[in-house]
Amino acid sequence: MSWETVIGLEVHAQLSTNTKLFSSASTKFGSEPNSQVDLVDLGLPGVLPVVNKDAFKKAIRFGLAIEADINQESTFDRKNYFYPDLPKGYQITQMTKPIVEGGSIDIDVDGDKKTINITRAHLEEDAGKSIHDAYPDKSVIDLNRAGTPLLEIVSEPEISSAKEAVSYMKALHQLVTFLDVCDGDMSQGSLRCDANVSIRKVGDAELGTRTEIKNINSFRFIEKAINFEIKRQIKVLESGEKVTQETRLYDSGKDETRPMRSKEFANDYRYFPDPDLLPVVISDDEMEEIRSTFPELPADKSRRYISEFQIDESEAEIISSSRELSNFFEVAVESKNDPKLAANLIVGEIGSLLNKDNIKIDESKLSSDNFNILLQRISDGTISKKIAKTILAEIWETGRNADEIINDQGLVQIQDENLLEEVITKVIESNTKQVEDYKNGKDKLFGFFVGQVMKETQGKANPQAVNDLLKKALNS
Amino acid sequence: MSIRFKTLAELKRLLEKKEISSYELVNETFKNISSSKTNSFITLDEEAALNKAKDFDEGKVDGDLAGIPIAQKDLFCTKNLRTTCGSKILENFIPPYDATVVDNLSSAGSICVGKTNMDEFAMGSSNETSYYGTVRNPWDLERVPGGSSGGSAAAVSEGLVCAATGTDTGGSIRQPAALCGITGIKPTYGRASRWGMIAFASSLDQAGAFARNAEDCALLLNHICSHDLKDSTSISDVQENYLDNINNDLKGKKIGIIKEFDISSLNKEVQDSFEKSKKIFEALGANFVEVSMPNIKLSVPTYYVVAPAECSSNLSRFDGVKYGYRAKDVDNLEELYVKSRSEGFGDEVKRRILIGTYVLSAGFYDAYYKKAQQSRRMIKNDFVDAFSEVDVIMSPSSPSSAFKIGSKTEDPIEMYLEDLFTISSNLAGVPAMSIPHGFSGGLPIGLQLIGNYLEESKILNFAHQYQKNSDWHFKTPDLGESS
Repeated sequence: MSWETVIGLEVHAQLSTNTKLFSSASTKFGSEPNSQVDLVDLGLPGVLPVVNKDAFKKAIRFGLAIEADINQESTFDRKNYFYPDLPKGYQITQMTKPIVEGGSIDIDVDGDKKTINITRAHLEEDAGKSIHDAYPDKSVIDLNRAGTPLLEIVSEPEISSAKEAVSYMKALHQLVTFLDVCDGDMSQGSLRCDANVSIRKVGDAELGTRTEIKNINSFRFIEKAINFEIKRQIKVLESGEKVTQETRLYDSGKDETRPMRSKEFANDYRYFPDPDLLPVVISDDEMEEIRSTFPELPADKSRRYISEFQIDESEAEIISSSRELSNFFEVAVESKNDPKLAANLIVGEIGSLLNKDNIKIDESKLSSDNFNILLQRISDGTISKKIAKTILAEIWETGRNADEIINDQGLVQIQDENLLEEVITKVIESNTKQVEDYKNGKDKLFGFFVGQVMKETQGKANPQAVNDLLKKALNS
Repeated sequence: MSIRFKTLAELKRLLEKKEISSYELVNETFKNISSSKTNSFITLDEEAALNKAKDFDEGKVDGDLAGIPIAQKDLFCTKNLRTTCGSKILENFIPPYDATVVDNLSSAGSICVGKTNMDEFAMGSSNETSYYGTVRNPWDLERVPGGSSGGSAAAVSEGLVCAATGTDTGGSIRQPAALCGITGIKPTYGRASRWGMIAFASSLDQAGAFARNAEDCALLLNHICSHDLKDSTSISDVQENYLDNINNDLKGKKIGIIKEFDISSLNKEVQDSFEKSKKIFEALGANFVEVSMPNIKLSVPTYYVVAPAECSSNLSRFDGVKYGYRAKDVDNLEELYVKSRSEGFGDEVKRRILIGTYVLSAGFYDAYYKKAQQSRRMIKNDFVDAFSEVDVIMSPSSPSSAFKIGSKTEDPIEMYLEDLFTISSNLAGVPAMSIPHGFSGGLPIGLQLIGNYLEESKILNFAHQYQKNSDWHFKTPDLGESS
């Protein structure tokens, strides 16, 4: 029997605002427990929430990017349940009138393109954290995260495989980081997802019973958890049993999903409009301001790089996929540097250095100014591209000025024809056998001679000049 | 000199003329409180109050209310001073911050002498639900002072303080003001900040004032009200000086009488007082117009869906985890919740949490909460229509005078009907006040004046003109030998 899978994802993106959704406490990650908490986050008697408009701006920016409808008037509701890390006994969320409705995200699975529709994206506050393993005899609570703004992005059940789910998540990740809506750090839980998974016989119109896998926080785990769950459900159905609608947790250690204690989640949340908050109205002026500062999206950037600067498609895609890299590239181009050369170095040498250290370009010691100097020295012939790589490696370690490195280490390219001819004569004289072979038709040996000249000059010879002079000398 | 029963304005004059010091005033206040039999206070703050009085006497404090002792309802958070909200669950709760209303009043120089008794979490109309004991009506110690702000009303009525704060969710200022024979006002919803007010029903709760007359209420309101960025429902419209218009002429002004309020069903003394009060206003040149408010009969049922719904959620934070009462000897989390809340809350609070939980439950929400929101809108619209015809609306404040302690505790519905006349203005968010206007069975009764949205100046004007032409607000209870 053949089965098909239906998946819908609910992604929680932690918005990169400075302060919480309803209080002025900081959202900084990794601080001392309970140090980023004010009266409101503690849920003290008599305190009231006040909306952080910055969170709305970020949510709207996301909505515009996926071409969704923005509700310029949206409301907050209370979701009531008891839990120690939920100080008020309710979570403030947007149930009836979310800020973002509709829209879609394009994904690409091994070259196959597909559009996933978005149901809604709404703002809500995060809960604190219960810690059960810090002390032998008690559970403790850290409220630093309580009240942190989240954007919950809910997809339609249109994802049909674990691979598609990962690709959707990657597309979302790229988008939210590009838009500066979320820092995208999945290991810190800044972006995490719940997957609703069900299967049905191919051709069935009705959806099967779904299970929800909670809080998956890496691309790899999304794929593994969903695949495990699909296999499990097939096994259940093929043995004649029924899938139970339940919430499950993915255990990455055992690579399996298992039911969470159902008691905690058998809740009637008694949603109702939060009487402490009036509907939040975003004015036309505010919308206009958000639109006017809306960044160019990766796909548009990539197209523009190709047409405007004639750089390779693959390079254009890599650079435009990251906000930091594309900023870095654009600064270089704006400073009248050769776009092709800049793109080439960014994707090549710089790209591998970034990968090696697993950092972003703005976290490295290479400044835009220093990169500009480097590019200019290549263009004006002071150094070769090869030497540039040596200099980059040095900058990567020390952050020193490129000109300083060139001067201190005597890396200025040798352009002087007389000097180069001298070296070439020396190379030819000490390699008579190879010269004879070359003259007898072994053309490939030309590279050997170039290499020897470079070796003699410690790589500083201007490659073009070496080529020209060497040809002349060998062919004479 | 006896300071008992002096008005705020009188005490201000005495202080200004240095005929009395603030220290004497505060000292005398505590003396009176200690001999009082009304149980009006839950917590006193004698040392701090006397220190502040000394500061005033040394010329270190100024402000509109400087040197005047007042009382705060124990629902307002006071920094470093225990705030119980009348509940066992907050028996040991000491807030780390001041409510905006508290902050405003102390910035004006007033001196808080203590926290007044109240129905638990402001849920009640008799002050009998307080964990700290029933408050007694100074006019008859066997009777209730009304509620929920019964402690504040009794303290002013008994002359312990000249002014006190209250909160009004369904009549909690106006009904006790009426039953204690004093003046009390609830401004427009959003005019005073709710920051630091322990929430009962967030969309209805509003802070206000008790005093001996309307003029004092106007002065207090000037400080109680403010626009507050910490409260999203706070109103940003420019706030008037409430004393500016209290002497306006009432000639040609229109007073609405609600057709659907059946005055003839009330006892004769209440009816007679109402008729006499109408005559006073007529003599001042005002005209009476009957206004039809067909949906006002929905007020009590609407209120008893909306208020419990909001309270069931607002009171979730009292769970024994972070602050307040925590049950001992519990084995797990659920037991901690169940026992702390079962032991910490009283019956009326539990009843309302249960009602609220029920009306918000899946499957019942549409039938109750949603319907109640619809009828609330209809009631609001009735007020809009009425105020297109009249300046103020007039009614009795409560169906009768103060009842005997214990006489209504077995019948919650009977108790809920105490707020028959007051609840609609909370649902509509409009300002309303109660002024003394006669007696029934030897006990004071009140007249309610309801104003249009943000027109507290107008009802204060009507009330002040009435008081210039009547003497009900000068009547004081006979305190027997204790004073």
